[in-house]
Amino acid sequence: MKKQTEAFVSVALIAALLIVLFVLERVIPSTSMLFTVLKKGAIYALVAVSMNLLNGFTGLFSLGQAGFMLVGAYTYGVLTIPVDQRANVYMYYDGGLIQFALHPILAIVIAGIIAGIFAYLIGLPVLRLKSDYLAIATLGFAEIIRAVFQWDKLGPLTNGSNLLRNYPSYKSVLFYFAASGVCIALIVLLINSTYGRAFKAIRDDEVAAEAMGINLAHHKRIAFVVSSFFAGVSGALLAMYQTSIQASMFKSAMTYEILLIVVIGGIGSITGSCISSFLFIILSEWLLRFLDSELVIGGFKVPLLRSGFRKVVFSIIIMIIVLFFRQGIMGTKEFSVRGIYNRITGKGRKAQKGGAADE
Amino acid sequence: MKKKIVSALMAVSMAAVVMAVPAMADTVKIGVYEPASGDNGAGGKQEVLGMQYAHSMTPTVEIGGVTYDVELDIVDNESSNDKGPSAASKLVSDGVSVVLGSYGSGVSIAASDIFKDGGVPAIGVTCTNPQVTQGNTHYFRICFLDPFQGTVLANFASETFGAKKAYVLTKLGDDYSTGLGFYFTKAFEELGGEVVKGEFPEGNSDFTSYITDAKNEGCDVFFTPTSTEAAANEIEQAAAQGLTIPLLAGDTWDSNVILNAAEGKDVQIYVTTFYQEGGNPEFDEGIKEFINSDSTNLANNGNDDTVAAVSAMGYDAYYTALEALKAAGSTDPAAVNEALWGVTYDGVSGHIEFDQENGDAIRNSAFVKVANTESGAWDFVSEQTISE
Amino acid sequence: MDWLSKNLPYLMAGISVGGQYALIAIGYTMVYGILRLINFAHGDIFMVAGLVMVYASTVMPVYLAIPLVLVVTVVIGFVVERVAYKPLRSAPRMSVMISAIGVSYLLQNLALYVTGGLAQQYPAIPWISDTITVFGVTTKRVTVITPPLVIVLVAALVMLIQKTKIGMAMRAASKDFETSQLMGIRINSVISMTFIIGSFLAAVGSLLFFSNYTGVTPTVGAMPGLKAFVAAVFGGIGSIPGAVIGAFIIGISENIIKGLGWTTFSDAFTFALLIVVLIFKPTGLFGEAANDKV
Repeated sequence: MKKQTEAFVSVALIAALLIVLFVLERVIPSTSMLFTVLKKGAIYALVAVSMNLLNGFTGLFSLGQAGFMLVGAYTYGVLTIPVDQRANVYMYYDGGLIQFALHPILAIVIAGIIAGIFAYLIGLPVLRLKSDYLAIATLGFAEIIRAVFQWDKLGPLTNGSNLLRNYPSYKSVLFYFAASGVCIALIVLLINSTYGRAFKAIRDDEVAAEAMGINLAHHKRIAFVVSSFFAGVSGALLAMYQTSIQASMFKSAMTYEILLIVVIGGIGSITGSCISSFLFIILSEWLLRFLDSELVIGGFKVPLLRSGFRKVVFSIIIMIIVLFFRQGIMGTKEFSVRGIYNRITGKGRKAQKGGAADE
Repeated sequence: MKKKIVSALMAVSMAAVVMAVPAMADTVKIGVYEPASGDNGAGGKQEVLGMQYAHSMTPTVEIGGVTYDVELDIVDNESSNDKGPSAASKLVSDGVSVVLGSYGSGVSIAASDIFKDGGVPAIGVTCTNPQVTQGNTHYFRICFLDPFQGTVLANFASETFGAKKAYVLTKLGDDYSTGLGFYFTKAFEELGGEVVKGEFPEGNSDFTSYITDAKNEGCDVFFTPTSTEAAANEIEQAAAQGLTIPLLAGDTWDSNVILNAAEGKDVQIYVTTFYQEGGNPEFDEGIKEFINSDSTNLANNGNDDTVAAVSAMGYDAYYTALEALKAAGSTDPAAVNEALWGVTYDGVSGHIEFDQENGDAIRNSAFVKVANTESGAWDFVSEQTISE
Repeated sequence: MDWLSKNLPYLMAGISVGGQYALIAIGYTMVYGILRLINFAHGDIFMVAGLVMVYASTVMPVYLAIPLVLVVTVVIGFVVERVAYKPLRSAPRMSVMISAIGVSYLLQNLALYVTGGLAQQYPAIPWISDTITVFGVTTKRVTVITPPLVIVLVAALVMLIQKTKIGMAMRAASKDFETSQLMGIRINSVISMTFIIGSFLAAVGSLLFFSNYTGVTPTVGAMPGLKAFVAAVFGGIGSIPGAVIGAFIIGISENIIKGLGWTTFSDAFTFALLIVVLIFKPTGLFGEAANDKV
């Protein structure tokens, strides 16, 4: 298959997906659960990919994702609440400090930038740490960020312990797919650039990478800041999706959830992260919900079903994947047009094993 | 192979969407948006019990001359502002006519826009934060509000105990807790009192230092509007450290969790609440029977048959919803929303009528109860009103 | 005297909670020493021990329930290792850590399911839950007995590691995992033993902790677990005395922070302390400098 054809088919597939969504939005009532999970899935896909950039491609084990999402979400909320709503939202802080509102798109970008600045500053000390120490330090920073944002004294800015709400948000699922898609595409471009190759070299062997002339500190910082930038953007999207945010949502449990998504998808696979985000969200928030309520089939009461059973089943599924499908859904492979084409035509079987479907 | 599994799952999910047919004829769905887990799980379950009891009493409703079966569609919002919205979407997606809930103001606010976008009205049962109903036309509420409750408690503290200095302990990141703390502080300071503040983070179980702070500062009362989960720890530690000043709390503490924790201990606990057991003997008897008849119900009520105020509120909320459905003469959520403004109902917790600005029930009295540490029951102290 | 009775409660609470963190931290530090694994599920094992006690005490007297709790917790720790970590021995370290997070998730959700999401009241254990007065400060006896008990247990553990054969095997395994295997050490039994000791101490920790702080919820283990882990890192991961000292420092400083009125930052401070230590002494207070093998 020619390169041009491949690009064409890929674009066509993406266009088809968007058209399907567009049509679905007109056919199915917009309140359907389907759109709720698709939106959240798209947001989680972005944050999972951003985490994969760090953990999967650069080999930096960071657990600070929820903290950067928090920064992004708050930046978005604080900057976009309409001026006439501020007295209402900041009711304990006399309307708050900021008395202007930005356009949502601009605010999303700023959300990413602020998260990136936080990452840069945090990165100065912590990026010198290795593996698990880095993980625990970033986790610690996420907790500190959460406490600071809830601080009463910062209330005029962050609304303290109270919710931020009444900010504008886009309702269409297309927006979330487009925003998340563009960001993921940017990450893919980065991974395929010289920077990306340097990241992988660092992941595979730090010492060797350094010997090859790769500036470790510089590249790690770039990976960390870029990853956090996109975590910030996804935080802003999450704020939009939820229509209200509060610092207490962004606990370490959220980071663990994202890490599980990355692992289930396959560490080092972008498409894997995307697929597993959708599966994760759709299963946990929608399709397994029936397990939470009692069910009677023909007079027979199905045992075990009651509130909380959904989560038990879900965590068992996760354990099975972790233990028996260690590579995750995609391993380090990517889902690509060429891979499918080769599979269908039976061509390039050999090459595929060598990773033709990859990258 | 794995890809096949993926595609099969996708296909199933698509099919599920397509087959999501509208609700069966002659059934009206009432959504119940309540926590069954997390911080507020205990309270949420008791509130649902009240609704289930009401549903067992009156499982049908006549709307526009046709008798409809009422179906309660219960979802767990996990007391969490990030899991709540998807639970709310589930209700909207199921096509409910009206939603009841939630226990806990934060989750109610978090779901508010989902209900608004879905065009479904909601009736807050015991969410007391003013922000729930403020600035919208679809969220109603049948209980009193925190500015009122905070003032009642501040008055009570200063009148009954002559309190001059109060320790206010709230939970970081919890809007119910910080909100009620704020209104109490405001009212208490207006009465000439002084407030010492403390905040505890999520997941904290060690309250020793806060209690020591209160002692060292020479406070006269210890006000702590928190979830029951933290409450059990606070009571235990207050007793262990010999805290002699009274503990004051809001409606969340009116729960048998508190009674169990306080039983046999040397602590004084005062709470404000919506309903006092004995207020309506017929209801008390009925719901006790309902609770005792089923082991799940009993477990959900904390393994005894104390009637929680939130159960009474849940009961009233269900009937308020039925009144709205009758008045609307249709199961269309928009019509129910319109009808709710005019609904009046005399419930076990008192007369319910909504103000025309925010859709809050007009309430001007609250009960104050004290935990009897010997009998393990609530004793009535007074009915407090404030003149505005 | 007045000053003492005003400030002693903070110190006592700090020392006591520090001792309880120490018992959990030992489990983290020993496992990390041998497997290089942050056992995220350890805090949840601690929580499960609490729940087992809650349910056991409803059907049997406390003096039977306590040994049962210890046994059940040890069994759970052992089974978790065999089921969730052993199959991944040759997998990348990240996979094992994910498995630990998965186990933690599973234990929390199981607890949620079993308890129905309701906080459980921990039973009062006679004698140790009694209220006593020390220097004019009223507290529970458990506050006072925790520090000496911790010291005794740690001393016993250090003896075990220094003097016995299995202790020697543990030290060998933590020095060099592969070589010790070549030397004929049955590595699986060493690892199992590590988990058994860790879980046992976590169970003892849970008895002490929940006697003081009586609410048991599915997520109650998360924060103490995280803080105990921080304590282990703080003291130098792999070092048992380090973990214990780290735990006491963290317990005391978090209560001092609260006493100073900075209640908002009591948890954040713990992490800030950790980061400062990591930056200036990356291997912790007592950790050995690790060399990268090239």
